[in-house]
Amino acid sequence: MSILTPPAILPDATAAAAPRPVRPARRAGRSRAARIRYSLTVLAFLLPSAIPLGLFVLGPMIAAAWISLHDWNLIAPMRFVGVDNFAQLLADPATGEVFLHTVGYIVGYLPLVYIGGLLLALALNQSLRGRTLWRGIYFLPVVTSWIVVAIVWRWLLNPSTGIVNTALAAVGVDGPGWWTDPAWAMPSIVIASAWKDLGFVMVILLAGLQSINPDLYDAARVDGAGAWRRLVSITLPMLSPSTFFVVVISLINGFQVFDQVYAMTGGGPGGASQVVVQQIYDLTFRYGAAGEASALSWMLFAVILAVTVAQIIGQKRWVHYA
Amino acid sequence: MPENRVLASRPARVVRPARVALHLVVVVGALAMLFPFAWTVITSITPGAGLTLRPSLWPQDPSLEAYATLFAGRPFARVVLNSAGLAIATTVIQLVTSATAAYAFSRLPFRGRGVVFAIYLATMMVPLQVLIVPLFAELRAFGLLNTYLGALLPSFASAFGIFLLRQAMGQVPRELDEAATLDGAGHGRIFFSIMLPNIRPALATLTIFAFMGSWNSFLWPLVVLRDPELQTLPIALAGLQGQYTTAWDVVMAGSVISILPMLALYLLAQKHVIQGVANSGIK
Repeated sequence: MSILTPPAILPDATAAAAPRPVRPARRAGRSRAARIRYSLTVLAFLLPSAIPLGLFVLGPMIAAAWISLHDWNLIAPMRFVGVDNFAQLLADPATGEVFLHTVGYIVGYLPLVYIGGLLLALALNQSLRGRTLWRGIYFLPVVTSWIVVAIVWRWLLNPSTGIVNTALAAVGVDGPGWWTDPAWAMPSIVIASAWKDLGFVMVILLAGLQSINPDLYDAARVDGAGAWRRLVSITLPMLSPSTFFVVVISLINGFQVFDQVYAMTGGGPGGASQVVVQQIYDLTFRYGAAGEASALSWMLFAVILAVTVAQIIGQKRWVHYA
Repeated sequence: MPENRVLASRPARVVRPARVALHLVVVVGALAMLFPFAWTVITSITPGAGLTLRPSLWPQDPSLEAYATLFAGRPFARVVLNSAGLAIATTVIQLVTSATAAYAFSRLPFRGRGVVFAIYLATMMVPLQVLIVPLFAELRAFGLLNTYLGALLPSFASAFGIFLLRQAMGQVPRELDEAATLDGAGHGRIFFSIMLPNIRPALATLTIFAFMGSWNSFLWPLVVLRDPELQTLPIALAGLQGQYTTAWDVVMAGSVISILPMLALYLLAQKHVIQGVANSGIK
């Protein structure tokens, strides 16, 4: 929006030069009535969002902390047990396992979408015919729901009748059992997730690439820097804010991975792909351990918060803001 | 030094073989991205898909039988309407709550505004999972389980939407509202006749994201909507998969139905979607 194109509402010069009105926007020493009116205006603008956020986010968040200190199956009265739920979770080997699986998901997923997204962004940043079209195609899975993505990939990776194993068989490779095999369940989820998010990462990195000042490359060329050198010494450092954003968002979302796990493996086979959120869901609605589930959800929140804060502190070491 | 600039002007024209390879990679990659969609459609019109051991790229007897099966004997049409209704309602509500809050944070100074805004942003970091148990109990106490309202309430306000619109309002020159104030316009007038028309692109972006978020949301509807008549598409699809373990044509038909509206919206407003995502990455 440019100031150069004023809409019709802009008054003419004489009006702008006119003496200040009786009721200036904000000024100390306004009348009591005016102050009350202003407060009411603020409330009118703020309450439509403040009420739902308070009732359905902040309130439940505090309630979750309270519930985590109780033994509760959602039906019988709550029984206060102090930090027992946390102690029990820490002692339970299943807790470590679900965190391990979740971290395993992230470790597989992040390099895949980042490197893939970077290569695509670099390619699409060249003068390429039909660039908008290609970008649009790569972005398409992003608008598809996780459930559809999971179901479609379950079908693609069907061990016996799926197209992937059929194609592998045609070239003489005996395809794995994918989501039916404990060793391949998590890799299957990672592949489906990376396919969905590749376009998202690509668009963010592409926007980052396009904001790099071309003069930097010109200067480097004058200094005789080759393509590789320009990538390492200019592109990657200048892209670091976008990289930082991708990593932070991927970790926050990665720790909360659920939909695709639920629909692809349900955490199986034999718990091989059970992740933290699936465990929270199962504890609440399958085992009637709502207190323990709340404790686990707070542990997850603490981990996400710690990881995010650590990254924000650590960014000074490697993120360059131009 | 203009001469220098001309000399050093970007040799973006890469050497020919490299250019061919570049195009090849981009095109092959795009085909790989599209293949799962194509395969979904092909499977949905192949009767008995999943029963034969040899999947075929070209359906022998293409038919819409799977779509008929999908809608027969199951409230699937209702499910589609549920999803559409909830997505439209969520979008309208979030546009209202986000725009008003963004206006307050952008144009209405009050004591403690910074703190309030920080609290708003913090709600963006709270994972839904933390809220599941208390939200479930809360809505049960209100008698709102298995109701559309119960499904809607937790997404009445979106910190993301507020943040997005506040950024957009920050770009609107203050001279505009100051001039309107001189003309005697109150905040209501300024909000409706200056702010909203000036942040239309951001409103478009939020519209799409809100709609998409609701259309694709899973965990909360799964928890709150247990009645098959009230379920939304993602839940019904997950259930379909359990019901038709081998009838992949039916499951894929359901997936096609779920993808189509988002695809249409995406094609209509691709620019706003991609712009919205691209902007989120730049400080």
